[in-house]
Amino acid sequence: MSAPLVSARNLTVRFATQKGPVDAVRGVSFDLGREKIGIVGESGSGKSTVGRALMRLLPRSATVAADRLVVCDTDVLAADEKIMRRIRGRRIGLIMQDPKYSLNPVVPVGLQIAETFRLHSPAHAGARAAREATLALLRQVRIHDPERVAGLYPHQISGGMGQRVMIAMVLAGGPEVLIADEPTSALDVTVRMEVLSLLDELVARKGLGLLFISHDLNLVRRFCDRVLIMYAGRVVEALKASEIDHAKHPYTQGLLASLPLIRQPREILPTLVRDPAWRESA
Amino acid sequence: MIAVRDLVVRFDRKGAPAVAGVSFAIEKGETFGLVGESGCGKSTVLRAIAGLVPGHSGDVLLDGRPVPARRDRAFYSRVQMVFQDPYGSLHPRQTIAAQLAEPLRNLGLNGGPARVDRALETVGLDPAFRWRFPHELSGGQRQRVAIARALIVEPEVLLLDEPTSALDVSVQAEILNLLTELRRRRGLTYLLVSHDLAVISHMCGELAVMQRGRILERLDVERLRAGTVEHPYSAELLAASEAYGELRPA
Ligand SMILES: Nc1ncnc2c1ncn2[C@@H]1O[C@H](COP(=O)(O)OP(=O)(O)OP(=O)(O)O)[C@@H](O)[C@H]1O
Ligand SMILES: Nc1ncnc2c1ncn2[C@@H]1O[C@H](COP(=O)(O)OP(=O)(O)OP(=O)(O)O)[C@@H](O)[C@H]1O
Ligand SMILES: [Mg+2]
Ligand SMILES: [Mg+2]
Repeated sequence: MSAPLVSARNLTVRFATQKGPVDAVRGVSFDLGREKIGIVGESGSGKSTVGRALMRLLPRSATVAADRLVVCDTDVLAADEKIMRRIRGRRIGLIMQDPKYSLNPVVPVGLQIAETFRLHSPAHAGARAAREATLALLRQVRIHDPERVAGLYPHQISGGMGQRVMIAMVLAGGPEVLIADEPTSALDVTVRMEVLSLLDELVARKGLGLLFISHDLNLVRRFCDRVLIMYAGRVVEALKASEIDHAKHPYTQGLLASLPLIRQPREILPTLVRDPAWRESA
Repeated sequence: MIAVRDLVVRFDRKGAPAVAGVSFAIEKGETFGLVGESGCGKSTVLRAIAGLVPGHSGDVLLDGRPVPARRDRAFYSRVQMVFQDPYGSLHPRQTIAAQLAEPLRNLGLNGGPARVDRALETVGLDPAFRWRFPHELSGGQRQRVAIARALIVEPEVLLLDEPTSALDVSVQAEILNLLTELRRRRGLTYLLVSHDLAVISHMCGELAVMQRGRILERLDVERLRAGTVEHPYSAELLAASEAYGELRPA
């Protein structure tokens, strides 16, 4: 097997705040090859922080440490900013959790996609090629009227359109590793399936590595190869996606139990009783 | 309790309207769901009700009376909204405590630290979060602050735009149970947008399926649960959701 695209060992991230430190990630290890890994976990468990650490996009208040943190053959902890700028977008792309607020508010979304495309296309494509690529990408993410949408500013598009614009923009860079942070949470099921099959096809055709952060257990089970379950800054369980129904950790089991179902209404949904011991045991 | 009549919203003169004549009424203590394709106009309906879309036509009625074009304090003390993008609805340079106290102050209600702490606790956040800024929170924590801020003024009607989309299903269950409990205890009325038909089925008595700015079909939740929808698009949406959500509880 070839070297993994991402390799993290004992990754920790601590934020300094006015009221003292926050340990957001506490010893996370995993390897990502040419595969789809899902990360599921409690709100606030450190999923987005892991994604940003791989890109080295954390704020200055963050202290990142690891025994190893290698992304696309680059030592993320040692590389200077120039090297990081070269791999960000082109070799590793991040679809952010809050797409509409990650886009530039004063530039039409189509121009932002075109700009990314030009920046990362090998032959430095011209304006027309970039525009055509932009419209094609928007169509690929199932935007029905790409000409209109390309001209809109971020505040003029819907939540789900924002997610798809963000996906198109990250794909425009043609990365080898894709970190997708809740990329389809604002999409209806039909469009979501179409966008997922687009990602699936890219992973298969171009041999991408995909890190898919999601709260959607159905999605992760059907779409990913493996799943990491995070709780309070740690990976508490790692499973084959197809085996998520047989999870052993009580947090994962509790998640499965609290899913509402279309055909089986319940007055009150079961909730978790969080055991303080879950924070410590890995 | 709250109703819209022939709501039309047009953002540009040339194109098709974003909302093309939508009407519905929600009784007190009921929950009405809005579902439909991404971009079909759901958020625009909610924003228009909240008075955030200039130049819509049609009526918004509260207790049968049209609300003023410029929504006043009285309106916001009774109707609050949880936005689809919590990041955008929070002030970037104010602490969470300041943002939770603000609606109270605006409406001339008395606030105080205890009330802010309680609001955080009801959405499962430690009171220590009061000192954080929005960028110092995770996506789901921000979404819960937005819910806490809407609830803190004790409104009668909540407009909820994908209120649990950033939450893991265990925290989602807690928030949905909280909403159910408030509805039972205080008779709150909800207008709920969600892409998750299981959430809609769990929360709503009635729902409408939208496409391209129009309501295609209105359904009792029993018909959703039984799968007896009529419009081909609703049937497609339901079939896709069912195929998607095969997962059963452990
Ligand atoms: N800049 C920051 N300063 C202080 N604490 C932070 C900062 N950013 C994140 N945190 C905290 O770190 C923890 C992990 O946050 P992160 O955003 O990684 O969570 P997450 O797993 O992505 O959650 P969600 O599913 O809700 O998006 C949270 O408790 C959050 O409050
Ligand atoms: N300020 C605006 N200016 C121009 N067009 C707008 C504006 N706000 C919304 N629109 C357009 O109105 C349509 C409906 O948007 P809306 O946000 O209501 O969709 P939605 O049903 O909430 O979608 P989603 O499920 O993706 O959130 C979209 O085509 C969008 O581009
Ligand atoms: Mg996150
Ligand atoms: Mg919306």
